[in-house]
Amino acid sequence: MLYREALNRAIDDVMRIDPDVVVLGEDVGLYGGSYRVTEGLVAKYGERRVIDTPIAELSIVGNAVGMAIGGLRPVAEIMTANFSLLAFDQIINHMSKYRYMSAGKITLPMVVRFPQGVSRQLAAQHSESYEQMLSAVPGLTVFAANDVNYAYHALKKAVLMDDPVIFIEHELLYNKKGDVDFNAELDPFKARIVKEGEDITIVSYLKMVDDVMASVGKIEESLKRSCEVIDLCSLNPVDYDTVAKSLKKTGRLVVVEEDHKTGGYGAQIVSNVCEELFYMLDAPPLRIAGEDVPIPYNRTLELLSIPTPDKIAEKITEWGRRNGL
Amino acid sequence: MNKLLAEEIYYYMTLGRRFELAAKEHYMKGDISGFLHLDIGQEGLSVAAMKAFEKGDVFSTYREHVMAIARGIDPKAVMAELFGKVTGVSRGKGGSMHLFDPSRFFYGGDAIVGGQIPNAVGCAYARKYKEEEEGVMVIFGDGATNGGAFFESLNIASAWKLPIIFLCENNRYAIGTEITRVSPFLEQSKKAAPYMPVTEVDGMDAIAVYEAVKEAQREIQNGRGPIFIEAFTCRYEGHSMSDSGSYRSPQEMQICKAQDPIERMKKALTESFEADAETIESLERRAQKAVEEAVEFAASSPEPDAAELFENLYCKRCGNVVS
Ligand SMILES: Cc1ncc(C[n+]2csc(CCOP(=O)(O)OP(=O)(O)O)c2C)c(N)n1
Repeated sequence: MLYREALNRAIDDVMRIDPDVVVLGEDVGLYGGSYRVTEGLVAKYGERRVIDTPIAELSIVGNAVGMAIGGLRPVAEIMTANFSLLAFDQIINHMSKYRYMSAGKITLPMVVRFPQGVSRQLAAQHSESYEQMLSAVPGLTVFAANDVNYAYHALKKAVLMDDPVIFIEHELLYNKKGDVDFNAELDPFKARIVKEGEDITIVSYLKMVDDVMASVGKIEESLKRSCEVIDLCSLNPVDYDTVAKSLKKTGRLVVVEEDHKTGGYGAQIVSNVCEELFYMLDAPPLRIAGEDVPIPYNRTLELLSIPTPDKIAEKITEWGRRNGL
Repeated sequence: MNKLLAEEIYYYMTLGRRFELAAKEHYMKGDISGFLHLDIGQEGLSVAAMKAFEKGDVFSTYREHVMAIARGIDPKAVMAELFGKVTGVSRGKGGSMHLFDPSRFFYGGDAIVGGQIPNAVGCAYARKYKEEEEGVMVIFGDGATNGGAFFESLNIASAWKLPIIFLCENNRYAIGTEITRVSPFLEQSKKAAPYMPVTEVDGMDAIAVYEAVKEAQREIQNGRGPIFIEAFTCRYEGHSMSDSGSYRSPQEMQICKAQDPIERMKKALTESFEADAETIESLERRAQKAVEEAVEFAASSPEPDAAELFENLYCKRCGNVVS
């Protein structure tokens, strides 16, 4: 099953069991979604439950908040993460705060899904990643799906949860293939060990997990050491237990992320690890992230602006050598 | 409109159509990537609006190649930008959606729907402040009229009596969503009517667009405030190269193509301006040649080098670049 099919199936499965689940967003209905995640749903559930909205992101999220207050379980789609910026007032001032401001009297069972990241030459206004900002908002739960099985179970859980969830997808993962174990009990808050290893813990999420996996062979060959690769899955809260367990074994931390390095998501991981687990570390942590520039159109420049498997291998090898590996 | 101008408009429309067809071809060959939004079907509107609003600032969207060319940006530099080459308008860093040339007062390339509208309003404020007469024109689609930025801009431009033309290209579709499914009106000018004078024009008729924009530019001057023009038009292709446009019926497309702006302009040239076949053919040949030269230039231009990645992020003379 493809990643986008898994997401589609997750929404479909919850819509079937819960008539309060509605989907809204630009082109999600008749058009089937710009990345085809909501394809076929309008035919099954009708236009009252699969709602094509105007191009009005503030209202998409704002209306979803109101729908949740009114007793529905909205699943809102923002066509591309960059457009979510128009909705940040609703996301931060409303979606994340109602529960706290009302002392728990109001809960918002809602999900905002969005595709993000560098795809292929979509340039500066269509290529960014916002997990760093969203994970910094108290009150939001942030899931980031790399894996097809996780995508299915985490989205399903997100819709059924009573807290507001930001569900991040990566545009280049939609056609990723994988198996879904529909009967599995998956805890979406738990990080996933993608590959076990002894010497280096590489923490990543979304598409970068695949790029890390594509670089691991080279790293292990040149350093003659083995890497443990962790897919964080939930970006807020973070499953630090899994990270700590791994670091206890390896003593070395690398975080790989696609967003801009300055203020990037991985900074928080490194900071928390340094504060809490400093004496477990045998080497200074390494962060591999996007450059601090808007994403350029030209393909060569675009690839220079983000981590790639080759760059990841090179940087980890070089860092390993510098640090006695 | 005189004959010379009519010929010029025809030339740019033909150039625009052929440029877009060439862009499409090179997208399919892989020379161009990303999102490519073609203006085919809407060229009359794009060209006539630029020619009428000769001076003054123009803000537009991601569907702006033809406007950029009609504004006087070299087709070679536009095609090179589509190819991602360093000789492109934005040195290969912007691509199809981000064409800018302040020396021609052209701020074409905003890819956030509605995002350029408040910018245009601010620019109109600045121009008025500096007592510059020409004013500003902001161009956007029907899809942009449902967002907050649009309504906020109508209010501010009207309250402050700013010299700005709001030009809505109503092609009835925002990607796959037909306008009346998400707006109570087919005519988006109804939203602007409480704030400012509005006019409707046939966007497939380049001469009518020209007259409407020319007239509007006269009107917005001398402190009389903004004007809204709604031009009804039709895009022949999908929203971008990643969209087949299959949500529109063949009948609908047939009606739309029967209005072809280039055919209509050609007819006007022959009938109203008495241009002979020879003149028309030579304009077409010139347009064809310009497109071929643009492709050749783009294909043979160099890629930007790696250092370009960090160029133009901050202004060097501002002193905030640590080297
Ligand atoms: C804020 C924002 N939301 C969504 C999009 C995705 N998007 C790009 S173009 C478009 C449709 C715009 O339609 P319209 O304004 O009518 O212009 P047209 O493309 O028809 O010229 C959409 C939804 C975007 N670029 N920006």
